[in-house]
Amino acid sequence: MATVYYTDDHEWISVDNGVATVGITDYAQEQLGDLVFVELPEAGKSLSKGDAAVVVESVKAASDVYAPVDGEVTAINEKLNDDPALVNSAATGDGWLWKMKLADESQLEGLMDEAGYQALIG
Amino acid sequence: MGDTGELKQLPLKNLHESAGARFGGFAGWSMPITYPAGVMKEHLHTREHAGLFDISHMRLFDVAGPDAEGVLARACPLDPGQLSTGQSKLTLLLNEAAGILDDLIVTRLGADRFKVVANAGNADSDEAHLRALAKGHDCTIAPLDRVFLALQGPESEAVLKACGIDLSHLYFMQGFEPRDGWFTSRSGYTGEDGFELALPAADAGQLAEKLLADERVMWIGLAARDSLRLEAGLCLHGQDIGPDTTPVDAALLWAIPKELRDGGPYVGSQALVAARAAGAARKRVGLMPEGRQPVRAGTPLVDANGAAAGQITSGGFGPSAGAPVAMGYVATDLIKSEAELFAEVRGNRIPVRIHSLPFTPHRYRKG
Repeated sequence: MATVYYTDDHEWISVDNGVATVGITDYAQEQLGDLVFVELPEAGKSLSKGDAAVVVESVKAASDVYAPVDGEVTAINEKLNDDPALVNSAATGDGWLWKMKLADESQLEGLMDEAGYQALIG
Repeated sequence: MGDTGELKQLPLKNLHESAGARFGGFAGWSMPITYPAGVMKEHLHTREHAGLFDISHMRLFDVAGPDAEGVLARACPLDPGQLSTGQSKLTLLLNEAAGILDDLIVTRLGADRFKVVANAGNADSDEAHLRALAKGHDCTIAPLDRVFLALQGPESEAVLKACGIDLSHLYFMQGFEPRDGWFTSRSGYTGEDGFELALPAADAGQLAEKLLADERVMWIGLAARDSLRLEAGLCLHGQDIGPDTTPVDAALLWAIPKELRDGGPYVGSQALVAARAAGAARKRVGLMPEGRQPVRAGTPLVDANGAAAGQITSGGFGPSAGAPVAMGYVATDLIKSEAELFAEVRGNRIPVRIHSLPFTPHRYRKG
């Protein structure tokens, strides 16, 4: 059973067996507006917490999505190359961004749970 | 979108709020950036139906008096004597170096009466500049307190007619005063047929509600206004043109009557003639990036060897073009030699090719 965590930067991290799937929250996609391009990392890339891992581009602007924890990219959501709007329509489902193998599971402790995140966005 | 506390508020702010607008700062104003439909739908709706824009951040001036024509002829590379009553013209406010202080729409309303529409960010400096030029002349420069609405898109005329405002006699770039305190012209900033209406706030609120009751109309925010004007190849002052660009490098000589391109009574005339003689080292062009990744304002352009070739001044995704679109300045010799060009985005080189402007054809109603 996966556990879902959230960051202050409006990302969600669903962790199952040491592998995290990362995306942006519904709140974040709504703030960004219609996405037209997603620049994904390459599989195998090592990310440190706070690295700009992905760039999501709306009609108007480009925004970084940061790595919430350390780890290595194991998969990217290739569907987004053809259909970046999936992040708008299914931010917490089919619109996921990348999967990573966690380097240090203890980093998850600093993240929020669903209730904490809901309190953040009000 | 940042703190909007210090920003000027639109008179129709309540209407925008109840429509669910998301606000952001632009040129000192708190402006609706998007509505719940989102920039993509707003953009496409405008091209297909009729989009309603609150552009009250733009400033309208009355320029009037026996010397009004002379003052405008000094301020702009424009021959006001050639404007017939009811005719509008895009013109430029130049400095002595022929740098572009602002782009304006001037409409003649009578023998010694003109309306001038200025950009929000330049309105105060434009006013000071015009006042300085009017000093000692019999000409008043009066900013007007109006709500300014634009209705843009192919169904605009029909929608206004259904609201009791028949503007079918106007052609593109014609304007008049349909009622006391109102000013209307058939013009816009989207490349579509449409109208701009300046009117007192009380009238404007009523008109906006009437228009929005028509299912062909929806509010359109500043984000879609930007993508619409970019696809239409229209310049945003402060971004694509400014005091450091001349009409020669900005490729805006078409806005200057032929007989004034070789000199005239306007400020910046000598510098313009010199700039034309010297030729532009760089020129504003439309640019289409390969692939789907947008290139944004400020992105450097390089040639195949990585040498500096120019810069993007406006860029984003064109919802009607279905692709990223941009404009910017490119070294003239590279334009002539049709050199390969690349935009440097976060360490990647994206091929871009020069594309004629506009990206989507203008659909003005011309006479």
